[in-house]
Amino acid sequence: MTARALVLAARDVRRDYPVAGEQVHAVRGLSLDVHEGEWVAIVGPSGCGKSTLLNLLGAIDRPSGGSIAIRGKDVARMGDAEATRFRLTGIGFVFQRFYLMPTLTASENVELPMSEANMPRAEREARAKELLRYVGLGERAGHRPFQLSGGEQQRVAIARALANRPALLLADEPTGELDARTGTEMIALLDRLNRDGTTIVTVTHDEELASAARRVVHMRDGAIVDDVTVRPLDAASAAGAPTPPAADRAR
Amino acid sequence: MMLRLALATLTRRRARTALTTAGVAVAAAMLLDMVMLGSGMRESFRGFIEQQGFQLRLTPRGTMPFDTEATVGGASALVATLKADPDVVRVAPVLGTKGFVQRAGTDSVIAAFVLGVDPAVQGDYLIAEGREIAAPDEMIVNAAWLSSTGYSVGDTVALAVGYEPQVRRLRGVRSVRIVGRGRFVMLAGGERAAALPIATVQTMGGDERRDRVSVVLVATRAGVDIEVVRARIERADPRLSALSTTAALRFVDERLSYFRQLAFILASVSLAVGFLLVTTLVTVSVNERVGEIAVMRAIGVARWRIVAQVMAEGVVLSGVGATLGLGLGLVTARWLNGILASFPGLPAAFDFFLFEPSAAFRSLGLIVLCGIAAGVWPAWRAATLPIARTLREEAVA
Repeated sequence: MTARALVLAARDVRRDYPVAGEQVHAVRGLSLDVHEGEWVAIVGPSGCGKSTLLNLLGAIDRPSGGSIAIRGKDVARMGDAEATRFRLTGIGFVFQRFYLMPTLTASENVELPMSEANMPRAEREARAKELLRYVGLGERAGHRPFQLSGGEQQRVAIARALANRPALLLADEPTGELDARTGTEMIALLDRLNRDGTTIVTVTHDEELASAARRVVHMRDGAIVDDVTVRPLDAASAAGAPTPPAADRAR
Repeated sequence: MMLRLALATLTRRRARTALTTAGVAVAAAMLLDMVMLGSGMRESFRGFIEQQGFQLRLTPRGTMPFDTEATVGGASALVATLKADPDVVRVAPVLGTKGFVQRAGTDSVIAAFVLGVDPAVQGDYLIAEGREIAAPDEMIVNAAWLSSTGYSVGDTVALAVGYEPQVRRLRGVRSVRIVGRGRFVMLAGGERAAALPIATVQTMGGDERRDRVSVVLVATRAGVDIEVVRARIERADPRLSALSTTAALRFVDERLSYFRQLAFILASVSLAVGFLLVTTLVTVSVNERVGEIAVMRAIGVARWRIVAQVMAEGVVLSGVGATLGLGLGLVTARWLNGILASFPGLPAAFDFFLFEPSAAFRSLGLIVLCGIAAGVWPAWRAATLPIARTLREEAVA
């Protein structure tokens, strides 16, 4: 474990914001390290600061104090343009409500971040096809979100998150909108992604999802109260499998 | 991809987009019509007076051409003096009066406006049928005159320049032959008119009209300062007012200023309506998509791309609306022109709505600019959405 590169290093992170004239301390001096190939599930009761922490780690919110380094880059100090660019190429986001662009096809949704990163059309079309095949939707590339089930939409969202070969995949309640069976399929997909080398941090209430992760971090009142490694990294994932995400990680 | 998203967003709610585009098209059409109206009458008038080819109009002092029945005596001497002026190249004396003729086959009397002109230099009518006057007893009439009297080109009629209705007696009667049908450019569509040689009209009018003239049109040499000639003529003959084309246009401008103000106000209202329509639609569209926009920002779409996407929606809406508005504006202008042109006392060929490509494209460009401006606020709102808070609120919603 110690030999693995540090993907994420959060130090003494705080996030305070005013609510109805009072300061709410959503995250209180939290520190967290995540290494390459890890799958960390952040769990805890509602309002304990899990999603706020995920937003801070993903550079879509700024901490009130402390530092967050992803692959050595301090995202807390980035300006808007730099943070935006960093999110585009360094972070993959998966949201509870999928948030696909309803007017675009599955393939175009996956292409969106690549288009933003100015990837040539042919290259991004090929990669979108490859990623959709990877998440089991190779035959549904031309479908629009409303033509897909919730589970399928979440798979497209995962493919979109992987589009620009991010260093870290952040997933906020990825099974929150799915039924039990589809949720289990989603967990299997995340597990496969992780085994293929993708570093994942998920926030979840889903015990099944949390138990599938390699490491479970418990939060309460904006702080980490427990941090348990359930499954250590195995040799296969350390070597990296020749699937698209693994190839991404190696890049 | 962003343009595709913008277009896809517009087609997502087709009925709403179609209605807004129709609204913008109506606003653009109204703007175009008002721009055409604002300049149309003036330019149309300019066309008339420039088409005649005379730069000066001499009238009895203090009057406008044919505003009154006033005339000036000593017409022959006046015309000779003017012709002797080295800066003058053409002189066209005109005597206006009323003419009467009995309707063919009846004893009812039809009145008409009669112009005594010099056929060689006249600028009052264009021959539409037949030929120009070539003899003292020949006459050109317009279509309204022919349809009212029942005569045709080639007929000979008894024309009078006086009528006593109490005793039903015509005065100053002369037998004249209709040799042509003309389009009298300065007369209203339904107004009956006839033109004869000025000497004939003067003779028919007896002492009252002998050697008199209502208006003298003067064409000056090219390159000469018309104002200098105008002032010289007025100084030489204090009975006359000399009106230059520029002064006539200024005079028309003053008379039309209310029209132009009205057109300006309505054009501004059209622009405001177009602006508000586009702003409303794009703002509503952004408000519906705050979650999507926040996600786009979260996955790394740059702020300026969001701005461009939202503004593209405004530009497409206003661009399509303006294009449709161009056609609609031309159709409504034609229709309104038909209504306004039938107003009594206005020249039939007068165009209220004059299509000038540059003015039309300027006004449509204004609508598109409005569309761009209309997108600024919703685009700014979309670009500055707090990502984390928006996602949280969307999740809660």
